[in-house]
Amino acid sequence: MLPFTLEKVTSVQAAIAAASSGRRFIAGGTTLIDLMREEVERPEHLVDINTLPLSEIRIEGSDLVIGALARMADVAAHAGVQRLHPLVAESLIEGASPQLRNMASIGGNLLQRVRCPYFRMHDAPCNKRTPNSGCAAIDGLNAGHAILGTSNHCAATHPSDVAVALVALDATMQVRGPRGERSFPVEELFRLPGDTPHLEHTLLPGELILAVRVPGGPFSRRARYLKVRDRASYEFALVSAAAALDIEDGMIRQARLAVGGVGTRPWRLRTVEKALIGRAPDRKIFETAARLALEGARPLSGNHDKLELLPRTIVRALEMTGEAA
Amino acid sequence: MTTNVIGSPLPRVDGRAKVTGAARYAADFNQGGQAYAVIVGATVGLGRVTGIETAPVEKMPGVAAVITHRNAPRLPYAPHKSYIDPATGERLHVLQDDQVRFYGQPVAIVVADTLDQAERAAAALRISYAAERPLVDPADPKARPVVPEAGKQPDARLPADTARGNADSALAVAPAKVDEIYEIARENHNPMEPHATVAAWNANRLTLWSKSQFVVNEQAEIAAVFGLPPENIQVICPFIGGAFGTSLRTWPHVTLAAVAARQVGRPVKLVLTRKQMFFMTGHRPRTLQRMALGATADGKLTSIVHEGTGETSRYEEFMEALTSVTGFLYSTPNVRTRYRLLPLDIGTPNHMRGPGEASGVFALECAVDELSYKLGIDPIDLRRRNEPAIDEGENKPFSSRSLMKCHDLAAERFGWSRRLPEPRSMRDGRLLVGMGVASASYPAFHAPANARARLLADGTAEIEVAASDMGPGTYTSMTQVAAETLGLPIERVRFSLGRSDYPPAPSHGGSWTMASVGSAIRAACMAVQEEAAKRPRDGRPIEATASAQRDPDVAARFSMHSFGAVFAEVAVDPDVGTIRLRRAVGTYGIGRVVNPRLARSQCIGGMIGGMGMALMERTVLDPRDGRPVNAHMADYLLPVNLDIPQLEAHFVEEIDPHVNALGVKGLGEIALVGMAPAIANAVFHATGKRVRSLPIRIEDVLTV
Ligand SMILES: Cc1cc2nc3c(=O)[nH]c(=O)nc-3n(C[C@H](O)[C@H](O)[C@H](O)COP(=O)(O)OP(=O)(O)OC[C@H]3O[C@@H](n4cnc5c(N)ncnc54)[C@H](O)[C@@H]3O)c2cc1C
Ligand code: SF4
Repeated sequence: MLPFTLEKVTSVQAAIAAASSGRRFIAGGTTLIDLMREEVERPEHLVDINTLPLSEIRIEGSDLVIGALARMADVAAHAGVQRLHPLVAESLIEGASPQLRNMASIGGNLLQRVRCPYFRMHDAPCNKRTPNSGCAAIDGLNAGHAILGTSNHCAATHPSDVAVALVALDATMQVRGPRGERSFPVEELFRLPGDTPHLEHTLLPGELILAVRVPGGPFSRRARYLKVRDRASYEFALVSAAAALDIEDGMIRQARLAVGGVGTRPWRLRTVEKALIGRAPDRKIFETAARLALEGARPLSGNHDKLELLPRTIVRALEMTGEAA
Repeated sequence: MTTNVIGSPLPRVDGRAKVTGAARYAADFNQGGQAYAVIVGATVGLGRVTGIETAPVEKMPGVAAVITHRNAPRLPYAPHKSYIDPATGERLHVLQDDQVRFYGQPVAIVVADTLDQAERAAAALRISYAAERPLVDPADPKARPVVPEAGKQPDARLPADTARGNADSALAVAPAKVDEIYEIARENHNPMEPHATVAAWNANRLTLWSKSQFVVNEQAEIAAVFGLPPENIQVICPFIGGAFGTSLRTWPHVTLAAVAARQVGRPVKLVLTRKQMFFMTGHRPRTLQRMALGATADGKLTSIVHEGTGETSRYEEFMEALTSVTGFLYSTPNVRTRYRLLPLDIGTPNHMRGPGEASGVFALECAVDELSYKLGIDPIDLRRRNEPAIDEGENKPFSSRSLMKCHDLAAERFGWSRRLPEPRSMRDGRLLVGMGVASASYPAFHAPANARARLLADGTAEIEVAASDMGPGTYTSMTQVAAETLGLPIERVRFSLGRSDYPPAPSHGGSWTMASVGSAIRAACMAVQEEAAKRPRDGRPIEATASAQRDPDVAARFSMHSFGAVFAEVAVDPDVGTIRLRRAVGTYGIGRVVNPRLARSQCIGGMIGGMGMALMERTVLDPRDGRPVNAHMADYLLPVNLDIPQLEAHFVEEIDPHVNALGVKGLGEIALVGMAPAIANAVFHATGKRVRSLPIRIEDVLTV
């Protein structure tokens, strides 16, 4: 690990000022320190933001507001979250391990780096780690990689679970930077790799995530997260799906669907949603709609199975959702 | 006088030390003024080192030495082979030439004042290579099988070829047949504790605090490497944080720590990284096996053909008992086995819990299961119809064999009678439920061992053996043997192990520690009592050393093995293919159970290992350069708590008067054997799809 300085700040203002002069925020450190140990991340100066008053979890009407520093475990265990926004709770519980969830913050979760193994290997080319060095995964072992949103420069999936739920639910983020505060959909935080896979998100220099707002809706409580993987815990998704349905009189009035493990960013499936609206929530309908998820899918040498697994995961998640609430 | 401590479920005598942190593991033995060493591994899979820019790194802060093949001392590497080393080939001579034989092979070692400095210097070292594409996939047609040299003699311990009757012609005419290929992925041991060595020289004497399952061999090997008399080397390892076989051999990092310490003239500490443990310290070899069974319509086996191939390195022929069980597990007049090796550009594999047997039994027990469906005979019943009266391979009686007793007990505990025979016929809601069974077997080995017993004036006793305890509870079980033999309460006995200057013990592997070391301790305790009876009580300690080994005549007369039966229930999600183990029951006939609490814990651990083998574990190598791509605990899947359902382990009453005076057979390995085929068979029963390649994953059952 390279040496670094660590400074604590007590105000949002000071944090932003420090970050504007090139310092990196550290929250739970579960991603950042891990990658610093491997010298993939090499910040020289860190600002510890853990003492900032950003860990509140609040229900405002039917909306949920999660402070950027709220821990995954605390959000998942929050009674209001479980009751009104079960999809958020479920996607958090399915992520990482209990130890990690105790440390990991929501802001840090959204900005976690990819799990592509070559990203961590200094002796392998990786455009994301070292721009223009090549991509070891595209012609290498890529069973875990994305089939949607890939480019010839990078095909790593975005690993976050809760981000899939947030994107499905049209959550927005509130950020503040040297030029003031703004808010935008969580979905817009993530960039596609294109030919600049080292640029992952749309935050401006110095911007601090303050909170995430999850709007409530008639579908909030009929919502499930299905994460498919070989072991029951402590593994990233092979494929996952966050689904929410508003069903009235035996008809789907609104649908929200996003998937993980298959896209270079949390992948919202609006065409599938549209195909569900006005239909009865039954398996046949789900199956027809789920097939639309593969539009534009580009499998690599090792991940053809995801073409089969993705629609199945969607169908099952929708079914679970139909059974919920 | 006897206190009946053998057989009682005592908690671990070292449990408190372990949970309070008082137990010291290799890396805990920090020495004053020590420096830190970090190994630099080759970043190519085959070729030659053409350049190393040491000068800039030598100038980095704190750096004490950068040692490469160019400036490393030429080490004597006197011949040394113990039974734990491959019989054919020669160990890796570390930093003695410019050749790269596998990805990650040590090509330099950097020593610095602090670990940070050493890591940074190691990361900064620029090395250039003339690289070639390595051959790392045993299924690659370019991989050429060889007959293992040490298996060529008909009386070899692991013969390359065996035959009785004419298996091939019997197979050709058999009314019922199974003839399939089974594959098992490469696995890494992944114990919690990393390999670590602290090396300190004092003139020509070397002390190594080093993670080892075989301290006397580490002493002998390092003596040979440095051309020193063994008494100049002391190896100390009181505790091991899991090993599963990875610390049986003495790997090159031990030599490197000693080289570094001598070079910088200070003690040196070297701890391998998790990543390095994926290529420097052995692995369970990938295997490919053809298993063919022939049978009559009523399920009597008429033929078994078993052809197994395991990968090995280019420089050593690692052999394991892949085909050994096939000759005696069931009764049949015709058996042919063939064992071959595939030399690849990888590090040498080594023994991993249940070595050989676990892989061979997977193929045999899946094939037997396949046959049971073909014939429409209950799998337990099929095994019963082929239960042999004697070991038909060796033509000797078994010293004891409780295989069918194990099946009966397990079937009852498991509720096998509730199973509907038809595949895909059992459901729990939407989930497909399957039940599977497999037999298990592992030899009841016994090696010569020595022990010292000392009676002190205060009425306590001290026992010393150069044994190891990697977790099974050796500290506790040996204390029980000594307490019982001496007629002392357990608190009055202090058992010490893990020093090479103690009376020598065999390697802590092969499930023979209880039999071998236990018998030696019993002998030493009896000897010291005899000595005490002769001597007046004058307050001086009374000491006796004794050795024990199996009576060769008895060994020649009997075939000695542990047997077991494993039952597993899985649930498979028919939509998304997830496979979850729901419960498992293992029953074992292992002779006398010295400590049921520890034995149960051993079995549960072994069953979890078998579950990993069945459903999760595999080390994936990039064919381009042989690098393991999942050398990380987040990516190499092992079962976690949430995966582990209710596991039961039971022991059948078994009195074996022949194995040894204690009547113990050992159980560390057999607990892993059998679990993988039981699960694979359950997956078939659940889904109707036969997966013959481990681990079985979502992709394998997705489209069933
Ligand atoms: C072994 C392992 C397994 C895991 N498995 C899963 C999984 O299955 N599913 C899943 O979703 N996640 C998983 N994770 C990821 C885990 O959830 C993230 O590491 C964690 O959420 C990151 O949060 P943190 O607070 O520790 O972030 P940090 O490591 O402190 O920071 C991460 C990044 O975010 C930036 N940052 C942090 N807070 C802010 C803020 N308020 N504003 C702006 N920038 C900020 C930091 O500068 C840094 O770049 C796993 C992690 C590990 C190590
Ligand atoms: S897929 Fe992306 S992260 Fe992985 S090696 Fe290629 S560029 Fe790097």
